[in-house]
Amino acid sequence: MTAFKLVVVSAGLSKPSSTRLLADRLAESTVRQLGATGRTVEVAVVELRDLATEMANNFVTGFPGAALREAVRAVTEADALIAVTPIFTASYSGLFKSFFDAIDHDALTGKPVLIAATGGTPRHSLALEHAVRPLFAYLRAVVVPTAVYAATDDWGAAGDRHTDGLPHRIDRAAGELAGLLAGRGPEAPGLPEQVVPFAEQLAALRV
Amino acid sequence: MSSMQFGIFTVGDVTPDPTTGRTPTEHERIKAMVAIARKAEEVGLDVFATGEHHNPPFVPSSPTTMLGYIAAQTDRIILSTSTTLITTNDPVKIAEDFAMLQHLAEGRVDLMMGRGNTGPVYPWFGQDIRQGIPLAIENYALLHQLWREDVVDWQGRFRTPLQSFTATPRPLDGVPPFVWHGSIRSPEIAEQAAYYGDGFFANNIFWPKEHFQKLIELYRARYAHYGHGTPEQAYVGLGGQVFMRKNSQDAVREFRPYFDNAPVYGHGPSLEEFTEQTPLTVGSPQEVIEKTLAFRESFGDYQRQLFLMDHAGLPLKTVLEQLDLLGEEVVPVLREEFAKGRPAEVPDGPTHAARVAAAAAGKTSEKTSEKTDEKVEVAK
Repeated sequence: MTAFKLVVVSAGLSKPSSTRLLADRLAESTVRQLGATGRTVEVAVVELRDLATEMANNFVTGFPGAALREAVRAVTEADALIAVTPIFTASYSGLFKSFFDAIDHDALTGKPVLIAATGGTPRHSLALEHAVRPLFAYLRAVVVPTAVYAATDDWGAAGDRHTDGLPHRIDRAAGELAGLLAGRGPEAPGLPEQVVPFAEQLAALRV
Repeated sequence: MSSMQFGIFTVGDVTPDPTTGRTPTEHERIKAMVAIARKAEEVGLDVFATGEHHNPPFVPSSPTTMLGYIAAQTDRIILSTSTTLITTNDPVKIAEDFAMLQHLAEGRVDLMMGRGNTGPVYPWFGQDIRQGIPLAIENYALLHQLWREDVVDWQGRFRTPLQSFTATPRPLDGVPPFVWHGSIRSPEIAEQAAYYGDGFFANNIFWPKEHFQKLIELYRARYAHYGHGTPEQAYVGLGGQVFMRKNSQDAVREFRPYFDNAPVYGHGPSLEEFTEQTPLTVGSPQEVIEKTLAFRESFGDYQRQLFLMDHAGLPLKTVLEQLDLLGEEVVPVLREEFAKGRPAEVPDGPTHAARVAAAAAGKTSEKTSEKTDEKVEVAK
């Protein structure tokens, strides 16, 4: 069976970054859980840091450069998306939003998406729910129920009585994404663009 | 006139000259546009086209007024638009204004339909921007009819109905002005141009070519589908923008401050990146020739090439020097080179005389076929 195309978008800024680390853990878990059902996955990572200048240029010129165009194409053609951002000033980072501003608003319609974020303190974890999830709701993506937030402390802590630890949450979210994918076949590449014949365009206006 | 048409198009922006900090007055800019049009004819270009805008810092809100004035001061050059707002102008007024201009200019008139890129123009003129494409389709359907039928009964969604209406004056020699449909992204407009057998102008000046190849391929395929000829016989127009000096380094040195500060170019990619990704050429006439000739490889043999020359706040004197270079060193070579290997069935750029002759010979491509087939798939 053809491999699923999983694209991981990371808006981490430092190298290495904990945002990328979280993104990789999520991808790895998704691949493992799909693998257990006999499905293979090709993972491609889009590091938004590398596209920062092209994104700024895209705003100014109105057209994307070659690398940004390629990243947008990869995300548009993906079977599923893992999108991870650091939380800045109570929301997704500007870099993260800039990338999704460059994508056609229909590009993610119906696409399974796992959202995740990193932050210095657990107090901002709901930014995933009040900022990141609505962004993808607008784009009509299918976002899995579990959004994974990793505060700095999570990397050195186990779960407690009330909350599962980070590895467990990663597996749960990835399992949800894998579950969404398992019921689907990979998307056929290069779906044709429909042109509405002119007679129909005229008829719609009753001219 | 040789087979391909070369000309200039102007946005009509009032932009400060970044090297002096001086902003021309509206009056100076309007007179400069006239001087540029006259110069275009003087140096042997075929077309002068003006934009239409209804907000500062742009001056050309009334294109037929300007083109009528230019018509009186020129003898040969075709007067056109880039673009005429088919969405927010009343199609009845477009029909009348351009028919009048056509008479005054002895047929040296065509026009390019566009939807405009300034959102508030829609509400300012009582329209809804979300209806942009339907407005373009319905308004043009009416305009097309007004130019071809003496008495029109009309009812549509966007305009008050017409009963027994005759747009006057009737088109010169009974042949309406040729129409281009300009678009930078909408397949619906390529389809519209193909349906009527009109021209399609891809204003490719700010975007990479791959994007326009798809649109032009679609237009050509649909032009043939509607029975107007082969895909190669469709009418394609392209833009381009240049700054030239004899010596390439001089051109780059002189234009860089204009590029860096221009409202449409500046503060984004470098001049070098921008010239690599778009048709902008800053260099010697030879470099302009090479870049323009390459358009044919991407888009096929085409009919009209328009250059944007008065951009980025360049002073009038400089623009006139640019036109000298364009007319003397670039266009003659382009005419010769584009003529080489151009198949005989590829049509010339449209002129009133040729259209009158074609109409008389009964082989005008005016009539559209009645094919109404299933959804058409075009590879993405």
